[in-house]
Amino acid sequence: MRMVMTGNYASAYGAKLARAEVIAAYPITPQTSIVEKLAEFVSSGDLKAKFIPVESEHSAMAACIAAQTAGARTYTATSSQGLTLMHEVLMWASGARLPIVMTNVSRAMAPPWNVWVDHMDTVAQRDTGWLQFFCRSNQEVLDTIIMAYKICETSGVMLPAMIVEDAFILSHTSEPVDVPEQALVDSFLPAYSPELKLEVGKPMGFGSLVKPDQYMEFRYKAMLGMKEARERILRVEQEFKHIFGREHGGLLDLYECADADVVMVAAGSVASTAMDVVDAMRAKGMRVGLARIRAFRPFPHEELRSLAGKTEGIAVLDRSFTFGAAGAMFTEVKSSIYSCQKRPVVKNYIAGLGGRDITPKILEKIFEDMLVVSKRGAEDEVEWVDVAGLPRRWR
Amino acid sequence: MVIASEVLAKAAFKMGFEVSAFPFFGVERRGAPVTAYARIDDKPIRIKSSIYEPDYVVVLDNTLLRGVDILEGLKPEGRVLVNYPEGKKLENLPPRFKYFVIDATSIAASHGIGSQTAPIVNTAIMGGFARMCDTVSLEAILDSIREEAPVKEEENVAAAKEAYQRTVEATI
Amino acid sequence: MTKSYEEITLTPISDTPSTMNITGLWRVVKPVVDKEKCKKCTICWKFCPDAAIALLDGEPIIDLRYCKGCGICAFECPSKCIIMVKEGEQ
Repeated sequence: MRMVMTGNYASAYGAKLARAEVIAAYPITPQTSIVEKLAEFVSSGDLKAKFIPVESEHSAMAACIAAQTAGARTYTATSSQGLTLMHEVLMWASGARLPIVMTNVSRAMAPPWNVWVDHMDTVAQRDTGWLQFFCRSNQEVLDTIIMAYKICETSGVMLPAMIVEDAFILSHTSEPVDVPEQALVDSFLPAYSPELKLEVGKPMGFGSLVKPDQYMEFRYKAMLGMKEARERILRVEQEFKHIFGREHGGLLDLYECADADVVMVAAGSVASTAMDVVDAMRAKGMRVGLARIRAFRPFPHEELRSLAGKTEGIAVLDRSFTFGAAGAMFTEVKSSIYSCQKRPVVKNYIAGLGGRDITPKILEKIFEDMLVVSKRGAEDEVEWVDVAGLPRRWR
Repeated sequence: MVIASEVLAKAAFKMGFEVSAFPFFGVERRGAPVTAYARIDDKPIRIKSSIYEPDYVVVLDNTLLRGVDILEGLKPEGRVLVNYPEGKKLENLPPRFKYFVIDATSIAASHGIGSQTAPIVNTAIMGGFARMCDTVSLEAILDSIREEAPVKEEENVAAAKEAYQRTVEATI
Repeated sequence: MTKSYEEITLTPISDTPSTMNITGLWRVVKPVVDKEKCKKCTICWKFCPDAAIALLDGEPIIDLRYCKGCGICAFECPSKCIIMVKEGEQ
């Protein structure tokens, strides 16, 4: 049924339809309405789940780990300071090979204190062994949560996933979302049944000490899980499309890239605005395209390498920054295509930090700059966009 | 206030439009200026940036007329609806735009919505919006209010209906 | 002997409970309680990091299966009635 709802409610409905069995969460702006809605579902009996209010995000993830180890499908949600507080236990969840699914409402890190969108929090977790999906619409949030359980619970994957919603721009923006019937979701997503779990009568310890002579083999296996995730993401999406009639672009969602002179690589809601800009610029005769990073982990190497051969310039828009280096997505895109025969010019645009609005005009200027840079080369590989005090005007 | 933009979005959605509605919180506390936005279109809305050039502006609290440039970016054919006391003349605004006024505060108070000292005007004023804007029908607005109002659904609907009837164009 | 990545479980699993790990074998020195001086304050029982002290009518009983001989009980005892002696002596 098609309803108008916020990204946060889309997350709540996603978790409900996926029949999450244990939900442990701690409130943080702008995630709170996800958990409030789920608490309503549990209290009304609409969702048969155990809701555990915990005292911090670290505990929320710890509770999910414990419940998942005992064989329950778990869900949680958080944002920025909460996500980073969980960092240690995020590493545990993936090392323990537990397919926990979590919504991260991507929000800027403090200080300065800021509750609006940017991707620093999410990007800072890219090494944790979690799958990371960036969404551009509330529909995608709901659908991806359901798909994530199926992808992650595959025996060859068994890794946790975070579904990223942009703070306020998706989390608190109401737009039409098609909420599928429970029966249809049940036909797509079976119950969680792991091979090994904590069982009364069969005592086991999980995550025990492993010495240097055996540790690497466990990490290698986790790497294989992430590799398998790549293929699973594509396959599960085709299955989803077959049942629900929708898809969201696999690992790298391409828009008008087939004959593009320059392509913008971006993630999250800004990519949605960029689609309008691509159309407007094409109407004026400029050949531009958009490649949206949907899966940041596993990273879409194959898709990017294929794209590199077909375009003259790639503008990577990072909504975060790795101090002392460059934008994370820029760095990874560049390194990914290094091995390609034909290498386009790649430039990094740092934009939209702390909720700074990225307008269509700004995106148009980025495309225009990239069209020039792709011919001339970039003077500065990394450019910060719309910073007061810098000479360039973007608005 | 967020409810007002939700009511509008859901009303337009009921009529078959594509919608996008969102708030901007300056500071999350009572008394801080809050802005809410909505986009309505025939086709799916992909743009996810703020609204800089509105077609319509609705002012729920007229004290903002002094401190905030409510007309910033308003398109030349733009229209403004202001919650304004009955009988008082709307002043100090450029005549090139079309202005509508409605005493949503009194109407809300008379229907017992919110308290007498602080009536809640967001549903009443949406009735006024339906008057000012041809795109969204009163019926859709009323249906939407019935669903969104946390309490006193019928009082909220009655207030919106009355506001629709009493909204008038103001001359500057 | 290092097992191949194909032979191991997804995550390390142990099916021996920690009670089977007789850490008392690690001991080099062990605590001895002077019952005459002991005031039954239970501070040693509270401080033992391995929960290797039990109380019997308020009197501390050291569980020598698990006591690692860390000496914290002796250090914390306000009556100084616990002394650490070399394993094998006394």
